[in-house]
Amino acid sequence: MDFIIPLLILAIPLFNFLLLGIGGVKMSHRLAGTIGCIGMGTVLVLSYYTAFNYFFSGNEAFIIDGVRKAATIFNVTWLEFTKNLVIKLGFLLDPISAMMLIVIPTISFMVHVYSLGYMKDEKGFQRYYAFLSLFSFSMLGLVVATNIFQMYIFWELVGASSYLLIGFFYTLPSAVSASKKAFIVTRFADLGFLIGILILSFYTQTFNFADLTNNPQNVLLSTGGATFLGGSVLTWALVLIFTGGMGKSAMMPLHIWLPDAMEGPTPVSALIHAATMVVAGVYLVARMFPLYLMEEFALQFITVVGAITALYAAIVACTQIDIKRVLAFSTISQIAFMMVSLGVARPEHHEALGYMASMFHLFTHAMFKALLFLGAGALIHAVHSNNYTAMGGLRKYMPITHWTFLIGCLAIAGIPPFSGFFSKDEILSACYSQSMFWGVWMSIVAGMTAFYMFRLYFLIFWWDTPDYSHHHHKPHDPKFAMSFPLLFLATVSVFAGFIPFGEFVTWNGHEYTIHLNTVIAVTSVVIALLGIGAAYVMYSKKNEWPARLAGLVPWLWTAAHHRFYWDEIYLFITHKIIFNGICRPIAWFDRHIIDGTMDGFAYITNKASVAIKGFQSGKVQMYVWWYLIGALLLGAITAVCWM
Amino acid sequence: MDYSQFLIMKQEIGLLIVFLLVFLYDTFASKKATGVLPAVTCCLFAIFTALGFIPCMGIENDAFEGMYQTSATVTAIKNILNVGMLIVMIQSIKWANSEFQAIRRGEFYELLLVTLFGMYLMISSRHFLLFVIGLETASLPLAAMVAFNKNRYESHEAAVKYILTACFSSAIFLFGLSLVYGLAGSLYYREIAMMVTGSGFGAMIIVALAFVIGGVGFKLSLVPFHLWTADVYQGAPTNVTSYLSVISKGAAAFAFLVILTQAFGTLYSKAWEWMLYGLIILTITVGNLFAIRQRNMKRFLAFSSISQAGYIMLGVIADNAMGTSALMYYILVYIFSNLAAFGVIGAIENNCDKGDMTDYNGLSKTNPRLAFTMMLAMFSLAGIPPFAGFFSKFFIFTSAINQGSTAIYVLVLIALINTIISLYYYLLVVKAMYINTDGECPVGTFKSACSERLAMWICVAGIIIIGLASPIYDYLLTIG
Repeated sequence: MDFIIPLLILAIPLFNFLLLGIGGVKMSHRLAGTIGCIGMGTVLVLSYYTAFNYFFSGNEAFIIDGVRKAATIFNVTWLEFTKNLVIKLGFLLDPISAMMLIVIPTISFMVHVYSLGYMKDEKGFQRYYAFLSLFSFSMLGLVVATNIFQMYIFWELVGASSYLLIGFFYTLPSAVSASKKAFIVTRFADLGFLIGILILSFYTQTFNFADLTNNPQNVLLSTGGATFLGGSVLTWALVLIFTGGMGKSAMMPLHIWLPDAMEGPTPVSALIHAATMVVAGVYLVARMFPLYLMEEFALQFITVVGAITALYAAIVACTQIDIKRVLAFSTISQIAFMMVSLGVARPEHHEALGYMASMFHLFTHAMFKALLFLGAGALIHAVHSNNYTAMGGLRKYMPITHWTFLIGCLAIAGIPPFSGFFSKDEILSACYSQSMFWGVWMSIVAGMTAFYMFRLYFLIFWWDTPDYSHHHHKPHDPKFAMSFPLLFLATVSVFAGFIPFGEFVTWNGHEYTIHLNTVIAVTSVVIALLGIGAAYVMYSKKNEWPARLAGLVPWLWTAAHHRFYWDEIYLFITHKIIFNGICRPIAWFDRHIIDGTMDGFAYITNKASVAIKGFQSGKVQMYVWWYLIGALLLGAITAVCWM
Repeated sequence: MDYSQFLIMKQEIGLLIVFLLVFLYDTFASKKATGVLPAVTCCLFAIFTALGFIPCMGIENDAFEGMYQTSATVTAIKNILNVGMLIVMIQSIKWANSEFQAIRRGEFYELLLVTLFGMYLMISSRHFLLFVIGLETASLPLAAMVAFNKNRYESHEAAVKYILTACFSSAIFLFGLSLVYGLAGSLYYREIAMMVTGSGFGAMIIVALAFVIGGVGFKLSLVPFHLWTADVYQGAPTNVTSYLSVISKGAAAFAFLVILTQAFGTLYSKAWEWMLYGLIILTITVGNLFAIRQRNMKRFLAFSSISQAGYIMLGVIADNAMGTSALMYYILVYIFSNLAAFGVIGAIENNCDKGDMTDYNGLSKTNPRLAFTMMLAMFSLAGIPPFAGFFSKFFIFTSAINQGSTAIYVLVLIALINTIISLYYYLLVVKAMYINTDGECPVGTFKSACSERLAMWICVAGIIIIGLASPIYDYLLTIG
C-alpha cells in the first residue's frame, strides 16, 4: 500500500492544528469551523479507504490464506541513540488499528459537526477546533504506532490535548481543577507505563510491537528468569504497562479524574472521555495481548481490577444527579467490561473469544456512548442545566433527542437487536467460559447497567414535567448540525451489532464465526429487562418510591452518592500525609539549604566582582603593564612548572 | 616563480575584486550614485559569499612552498566569516548613509573589506611572516574604523587605546617570533614543529610561546590581554563593535587553533595546554565577573564577548578533530547571536540614542519585535535550549570532555558554573525588557530601517535554524 494516504491521515489533523492554532485568531468562527470539519471529513474518507482496503482488498500484505497480517506501511527512524536504542515513527496496519481507523475519525467527525452548533458563539471557538484537531492527530498516531515508544509519545500527546480540552473554559475554577486533576492522575499512571516500557526494552532490546508480539516466547526467554520482589520481571513490566492503561481508561483506583473531566464541553466528553481516549488502555492491552498471554498473573490482575471497577461504577451511576456524571460512570463501567473481557481471554477457550468481544464492544460502545453524550449535550443545550432535576417530560418537546437517546439506552442495556446486545453477549460468554464466578458477576453488572441507564432515561424524558415557562423558549430539538450526528450514530447503533466482527478482528488473525450462546443470551436479556422494568416502576411517573428506597439503606446511598469517598481519600493522602510529611521538610530544605547556598554563591560572585573592578582602570598604560606582566607570568609559571 | 599559484587563492582574489570594484565605484561614481554604495557593496559581497559555497572551493591545496594553504576547513571558516560580514554590512547601511557618516561611507566599507582580507591571510597562512602581514592588515584599519564617529570624544579615546595596545601587542608578538626563529631557524609552521621536537626544549621556547599566545590573545581578548576591549567596544560606533566582537574574534580564534596545533602541536601537553587552561579559567571568570556589573549595553556585551572567547578556546584545548568542528560551529552560532544583539542595540542607538540597560525597560511593550530578537540573542548566548547557543556550548564542552584528562573535566565544570553566572546577566536584559514594564519606557516605539530589519531577521532565523538543522554540524564534523 502506498504511504501517501496513511501519511495524510496523520498530517491533515496536525496541519489543521497548526493552522487553526496559529492563524485562528484572525479567522471568523464559521471559517475555522469549516476548516476543521473539512479536514476531519477528508481524514474520515481516507481512513475508511485505508481500513476497507485492509479488510477487503485481499492484498497479500494484509491477508495470507485467510490469516490477517500486520502490515507496516512506513517506519522511519526518528532518533538513533545506539544500535538498539532506536526510536522510530511509523504506521502499522493490523485488524485492531484498522478498526480504530474507522472508530476515531467517525466519532471525531461527528463531534466536529456537532460542535458547529453546540459551541456556536463560544469565546475561543477557533482554539477549540485547533485542540480537537490536535487530539485527533494524537489519537490516530497512538493507534497506528509501530512501536511502544511511539505509542508512549502519542499517549502523552493525547493526555495533553485532553488536558487542554477539559480546561477549555479556563475561567471556570472547576474546569481548571478538573483539567489539572485529569492531567496529574493520568501522568502519574504514565510513570508506571514508562517504567514498564524501560524494563521491557531493557531485556528485549527492542521497542517494536512486531518483535515483541510475534515471538512472545523469546521475550520470556530474554528476561532470563530474572525476578524482582517475587514476581518475574516480565510480570512487573506488563503490570506496570497496564498501570498506564488504568490511568487513561479510568480503572479503579485511578478513575477519579474521569467524572470531573465532564467539566469540559460536552462534545469533548463524547469524543475523548467516552469513545476514544479512554479506550486507549484497552487498546494498549489488546496491542500487547500475546505478551500478556505469557503471564497468567497479569491477566488475572486485569480481570480483577476490571470486575471491581465495573461493579463500583455501576453502583455509583445509580445515584448521580448530573446526567453527564451518570454517563461518565457508565463509561467507566463499560470500559471495565472490555478490560475484563481481555483478562478472561485465553486461546484455549473459543480462540480467545474475549479478545474479539472486547474489541467488538469497544466499537459498539464508542458509537452508542458518543450518541448518548451528544444527546446529553442537546438536553443541556435545551434546559441549560446538567442535572436531571431540571429536566423531565422532555419526550414531548424533543422527539429526535428522545428517540435517539432511547436507542442509545437500549443499546447499552443490551436489548436485541441493538448493537450493545451482541457485543455484551460475547463478553459474557467469554466470562462464563473462563469461570462461572466472573460470568455471574458481570451479568449482575449488566443488569445494573440497564437499570441506571433507564433510570436516567425516565427521569429525563418522563417523570414529572417541571415548569419550563421561565425559560426564554420551550426546550426544543437542536438544529441540523447537532441532530444529524445524533441520527447518524443512532442508525449505527441499531445496525452495528450485525457486523460479523469475528471475521475481521481476532487475536491471531484467524477468522472466527460468532455463535450466539442461547442460554447466555436469553439470561442476559431477561436480566436487562428486569433492570429496565425496575427503572420503569420507580421512575416512569413522579412518586415517592426512589426516596423511600434510598431511605432504607441511607448509608449505602450516601456513600454511593459521594462515589464512596474516593476523592476524599485522595485528598487526605495528598494534603495531610504527603504535603505535611514529605513536602514540607523538602520545602524547608529547599528554602534554607539550597536557596541559602545559591544566595551564598551569588554573594561571593558579587563581592569578587566588586573586588576586581580596579583591574579595569581605564588607563591605557596600566593596560599595557598588565599585558606585559600577564605574558611574562604565563611564560614564567609554565617554565617553572615544567622544569 | 610559478605565478599560476595565485589561482589557488580563489577567495582572496575574489575578495580583492570586490574591494577594487567598490573602491572604483566610490572613486568614480557620481555623488548621487554613491548613495547606493552600501547597498551595492552588500550585493557584491552577497554574490561573493554565495560563490564561496561552491564545493570546488574546498579542495585542499597549498601555494608558495606551503606558506599558504587552503582546505575544506579553511574554506568553511572563511564562509562562516563571510556570512557574518554580510550581516554586519547590511546592518551598517542605515548608519553609513546617515547625514554625518555619508561622506565617509565608501571608506568604511573599503576598510571592512581590507580587514577581512587580512583575516583571510591569518587563517590561511602556514608561515609566520604571512601571518604577521595578515594580522597587521586586519588590525591597523580597525583603529581607523573605531575612530569613525569623528565628533565623539569616546570614539577617539577608544581608537587611541586600541592602537597603542595593538602596537604593544604586536611588539610582544614579534619578539616572541624572533625567539622562535632563533630556535627553529624557520618561520614555516611545519618546520617549527619539526625543530621543536628535534631540539631540546628550553625555557626560551616557553617564553616565546607565551608571547605568541599573548599576541594572538590580544585579538581574542583573552584575560589578561583583554583590558582594551571594554573601552574600545563602548567607544567605537556600534557597527564597528559588532564587527570587532564577532568577525575579528572568529578569525583570530581559528588562526590561534592553527598556530597552536600546527606549529606548536608537539608542545601541547608540555606547555600550551596548561597555559591555555589558566587563560580559559581567567577569561571566562573575569569576563563574567565584570559583565554582571555593567549597565551600558555595549560595555556589557564587551565583557560577555570576553567570556565567550574563553568558551571558544575550549575547542582549542580539546586538541582533537571534534574540537575544530565545535569551534567553527561555536563561531557560527556566536556570530548570529551576537549580531542579533548588536543589531538591536544599533537600531535603538540610531533611532533614540539610548544605550544603557535601564533604557531597555519596557522595550517589549514599545518595540515587541526588537525585544523578542534581543531575547532570542540573550537566550542563545546564555545557551538555553532549543536555540543554537545551547548546541554550540554542548558540542564544545563535549569536544573538551573527549580529550579525556581529569584536569579538563574540572575545566569544563568551571566553565559550566560560569554559564550559570552568565545566565544571570543575560537574563537581566530580558528582565528589563519584559518584566520592568511598569515604569516609564525610555525607548519610544519606532520603525527600524529595512536594512536593519533584514539583518535581524537573518540573525533570528540563524539562531533558530542552526540549532535545529543537524546537517550543518554534521558537515563541520566531517571536515574537522
